Amino acid sequence: MIPAAFDYYRPKNMDEVIALLQEHGDDARVMAGGHSLIPMMKLRMAEVPHLIDLQSIEGLKTIEIENGQITLGAMVTQHDLIDHDGLAAAVPILREAALQIADPQVRYMGTIGGNVANGDPGNDMPGVMQCLDAQINLAGPDGPRTVAARDYYEAAYMTDRADDEVLVSVSLTAPTGGYAYEKQKRKIGDYATAAAAVQITKSDGKVATASIAMTNLSDVPVWSEEASAALIGTSCESAALDAAVAAMLGDIDPSEDNRGPVAFKRHVAGVILKRAVTRAWDRA
Amino acid sequence: MNDMTPDREERSANLKGLGCSRKRVEDARFTQGKGNYVDDIKLPDMLHGDFVRSPYAHARVVSVNKDAALALPGVVAVLTAEDLAPLNLHWMPTLAGDKQMVLADGKVLFQGQEVAFVVASDRYVAADAVELVEVEYEELEVITDPFEALKSDVVLREDLEGQTEGAHGPRKHHNHIFTWEQGDEAGTNQVLDNAEVVAEETMYYHRTHPCPLETCGSVASMDKVNGKLTLWGTFQAPHVVRTVASLLSGIEEHNIRVVSPDIGGGFGNKVGVYPGYVCSIVASIVTGKPVKWVEDRMENLMSTAFARDYHMTGKISATKEGKITGLHCHVTADHGGFDACADPTKFPAGFMNICTGSYDIPVAYLAVDGVYTNKAPGGVSYRCSFRVTEAVYFIERMIEVLAIELDMDAAELRRINFIKKEQFPYTAALGWEYDSGDYHTAWDKALETVDYEGLRAEQAERVAAFKRGETRKLMGVGLSFFTEIVGAGPVKNCDILGMGMFDSCEIRIHPTGSAIARLGTISQGQGHATTFAQILASEIGISADSITIEEGDTDTAPYGLGTYGSRSTPVAGAATAMAGRKIRAKAQMIAAYLLEVHDDDVEFDIDRFVVKGAPERFKTMKEIAYAAYNQAIPGIEPGLEAVSYYDPPNMTYPFGAYVCVMDIDVDTGVPEIRRFYALDDCGTRINPMIIEGQVHGGLTEALAVALGQEIAYDDMGNVKTGTLMDFFLPTAWEVPNYETDYTVTPSPHHPIGAKGVGESPHVGGVPCFSNAVQDAFRAFGLRHTNMPHDHWRIWQTANGLGLHD
Ligand SMILES: Cc1cc2nc3c(=O)[nH]c(=O)nc-3n(C[C@H](O)[C@H](O)[C@H](O)COP(=O)(O)OP(=O)(O)OC[C@H]3O[C@@H](n4cnc5c(N)ncnc54)[C@H](O)[C@@H]3O)c2cc1C
Repeated sequence: MIPAAFDYYRPKNMDEVIALLQEHGDDARVMAGGHSLIPMMKLRMAEVPHLIDLQSIEGLKTIEIENGQITLGAMVTQHDLIDHDGLAAAVPILREAALQIADPQVRYMGTIGGNVANGDPGNDMPGVMQCLDAQINLAGPDGPRTVAARDYYEAAYMTDRADDEVLVSVSLTAPTGGYAYEKQKRKIGDYATAAAAVQITKSDGKVATASIAMTNLSDVPVWSEEASAALIGTSCESAALDAAVAAMLGDIDPSEDNRGPVAFKRHVAGVILKRAVTRAWDRA
Repeated sequence: MNDMTPDREERSANLKGLGCSRKRVEDARFTQGKGNYVDDIKLPDMLHGDFVRSPYAHARVVSVNKDAALALPGVVAVLTAEDLAPLNLHWMPTLAGDKQMVLADGKVLFQGQEVAFVVASDRYVAADAVELVEVEYEELEVITDPFEALKSDVVLREDLEGQTEGAHGPRKHHNHIFTWEQGDEAGTNQVLDNAEVVAEETMYYHRTHPCPLETCGSVASMDKVNGKLTLWGTFQAPHVVRTVASLLSGIEEHNIRVVSPDIGGGFGNKVGVYPGYVCSIVASIVTGKPVKWVEDRMENLMSTAFARDYHMTGKISATKEGKITGLHCHVTADHGGFDACADPTKFPAGFMNICTGSYDIPVAYLAVDGVYTNKAPGGVSYRCSFRVTEAVYFIERMIEVLAIELDMDAAELRRINFIKKEQFPYTAALGWEYDSGDYHTAWDKALETVDYEGLRAEQAERVAAFKRGETRKLMGVGLSFFTEIVGAGPVKNCDILGMGMFDSCEIRIHPTGSAIARLGTISQGQGHATTFAQILASEIGISADSITIEEGDTDTAPYGLGTYGSRSTPVAGAATAMAGRKIRAKAQMIAAYLLEVHDDDVEFDIDRFVVKGAPERFKTMKEIAYAAYNQAIPGIEPGLEAVSYYDPPNMTYPFGAYVCVMDIDVDTGVPEIRRFYALDDCGTRINPMIIEGQVHGGLTEALAVALGQEIAYDDMGNVKTGTLMDFFLPTAWEVPNYETDYTVTPSPHHPIGAKGVGESPHVGGVPCFSNAVQDAFRAFGLRHTNMPHDHWRIWQTANGLGLHD
């Protein structure tokens, strides 16, 4: 639990960050809240000879809400997400999900950018971002670019972001309708055994649009287009729920760990999804 | 007397003695971050040690190359078994009569075993150097299952090859450690063979870990000028550590000072002697500088002493009406690579023979087979007296299984089998003499408080609703009634490495009427500084606020066997009372002299001696203390001091009645504790607030163990639960509200009738939580399922019973 030696940088602007990343390549990493990265360094599972702290970069801590367009700076903490009433009104699933991440101590430090960038299948925000169809805004030596959250994740800890790019913000359109983030975990501070993010809109008593994403049930977050589609035109009755679950089960690929064997996880994923859809539908 | 004279009630209250919920005097410092733990000790020129540990569970160590590590600036030394061998310190004796490698001597027997000890100027350099030590291993076949170990040709302990006799009798196989038998085998078998009803069950009490918040560590400082070794460490038994250190190192005992500073929880994890302690001592001797070793959380979980790992098979017989007639228990005990259990010498399976529980069982038999495997050594008593959690879990599960077999209510089955109040002192079939108890009163009080009948009616309705498809939640009512055996113990039965398990207290009354008392025990959070002062306050009439309690420094404290197995109050608490009585006896003589009457004409009254029949003539203890130092009293030595070494005539037998109400989601396996009621009878209650705190803590650790806390291994002997991500340590979030209650049945042989309580809630809590889970499924045909009841295992139980179809 003692990390290897590293050099610590605290640049003031993004250009410096990118320059450092270019200079040191693989040997450098940015640090946001440090609550995923530092444990990995202490376990010596991540070796980071050059650690670039993003704390002093201007403008990464803002939450902007304008005409239903929302931009969350990379350094906005999970606590900020919970604390911001305007955000909670515009995108209530964010507060509901953030409240299920770890404990207040972790949430004061952990950031949205870190949670999204990390690429750990256990992180909760990637699934939420996919559910919301958020866009991930990156800055790099070749200028800014944007990637859809649904296209961002490649494999565990592997994302579309290049080593010399930095996640600057995520942006999304405020959803309408009902929402739910349902998570089963063994205890406080644990990652999901299974979790589901659901957004549903209603028209004429039926589901008009639906979006479903699952957390920690594959090596990447799973946005299930088919499960979402299975709900459209239904009133989320039992048969519709079963169809959505069946479709979702075709998309996930959980692996056995201390949380339990695959059969258990698949079963729980179905139960959790049904609960999330039911709650979102009730709120729609 | 005038109006200003406090009345008796007020004087008594001022003492803050027995029965007072006095606030913990320790907390002012702990809650302000002012504790002084081992890792807070910083000495000039201090070096830091860290271990190279084996990644393999079973391997030959082909070579260790230190060159790269030694070349790193700041590295002072790298010790291996080869370096310790000339001092004969590459192996050390264990408390269980076995021996254990300090550093890998040719092979490793568990993942995380200590292979080399790096000493460096800085903690970070030490960690870097650990990575630079090149160890070549040759992997060997790994055995993590004790049943397999007993069949396998693979010899785990080559050092014992050919030894057919161990510390506890014959060894049946090269991976077998001992067989320990108690009771009447033939008699028990005969009863079982002819019984009207027999219930049989096999259960596994999984491997877990005490996981104190503060991990283990030590700082050794060898002063080469005066030849004195000082050793600070996380020791639950500092005096024994001093003796062991002397015997191992050859340094005379008077030249060793062992200090246990503040300890952040022990729960049995800090009873034994670890390679880290030995290596820090050797490194200090070699370098002439102080050397600190503090393990990290993962090291703590994977290498320092685990608890349980008992495979238990039981048979219990009864009449058709439910009167128990006999009990048979066999245990296959997985001890890991070395037998490093911390038990009294003559008890290789601790007090597992308390497994007849709270019941009047005419005949019983217990056999325990200890086995080596490729897992970490240990087998300590995690928040319990020696193997008492195992025993109580066993019998409380057997009772439930018997109730199922008899189709009887489990509360009623307990009631008709309890040892009756008038049977005490009661000699159990496996030999122990229970000192006192009133089980029926406690049970009735518990069941009435929780409205047991009402709970069962609600449960029946819930089952019906579940069957009708109206709910997916089942309800479990967990019961447990436990009797512990604590306070080891009579020296005639109990010793550790030959040291009798007495304990001690030395009191000095200062001239101005305040006092210091030193004990052979050591608090790890139990609040000794608070409660022992209360015992003394009531004995000697000086306010607890004017009494300092000190423990843990072997240069100042009298010899004692330490704190574990709930022995502090039963043994050192008794010594405290006895030493207090010696003070009082001398005070009586001084008072009589001052009052110019005969010794027998004065009597003790709260905080003073009064002339019999003339209460207005008195001397307060304060006045007496002063007189002890400033008057020449004929025939009486100056001063007011006393010391007592107490060898208890018997153990004490606290008991309790617990009820847990739980709702279980059969689809997710998530249990929700709706209610937990705990009635404890620990005899005389010294500080009700501290008792309540101990009960809350013990129940929380019980919840942890029952619902998920485990040290799990894969087939390769890799620890799967080596961090707090997977090792369940409950927080406020997971913990329910606890309702506490009590009855008082004093111990007849203890000077103040106290029995000990710190471990009761753990011992009684584990079966109570487990029984609640299992009871929820009883209506669907479940007999038994093993702990830990984490989500997926509960789900699996529901699945196996067809509840997901
Ligand atoms: C006890 C505990 C429990 C937890 N439980 C949960 C949980 O239940 N659910 C959950 O989702 N999370 C959980 N976490 C993780 C926590 O939310 C982390 O804080 C979060 O995942 C990462 O955010 P961070 O700001 O700490 O990132 P860091 O740890 O600083 O960084 C994580 C990774 O992302 C990279 N990174 C960070 N910011 C950027 C950026 N702007 N651009 C590019 N790369 C970047 C870093 O280089 C690093 O590789 C838990 C953490 C702890 C310690």
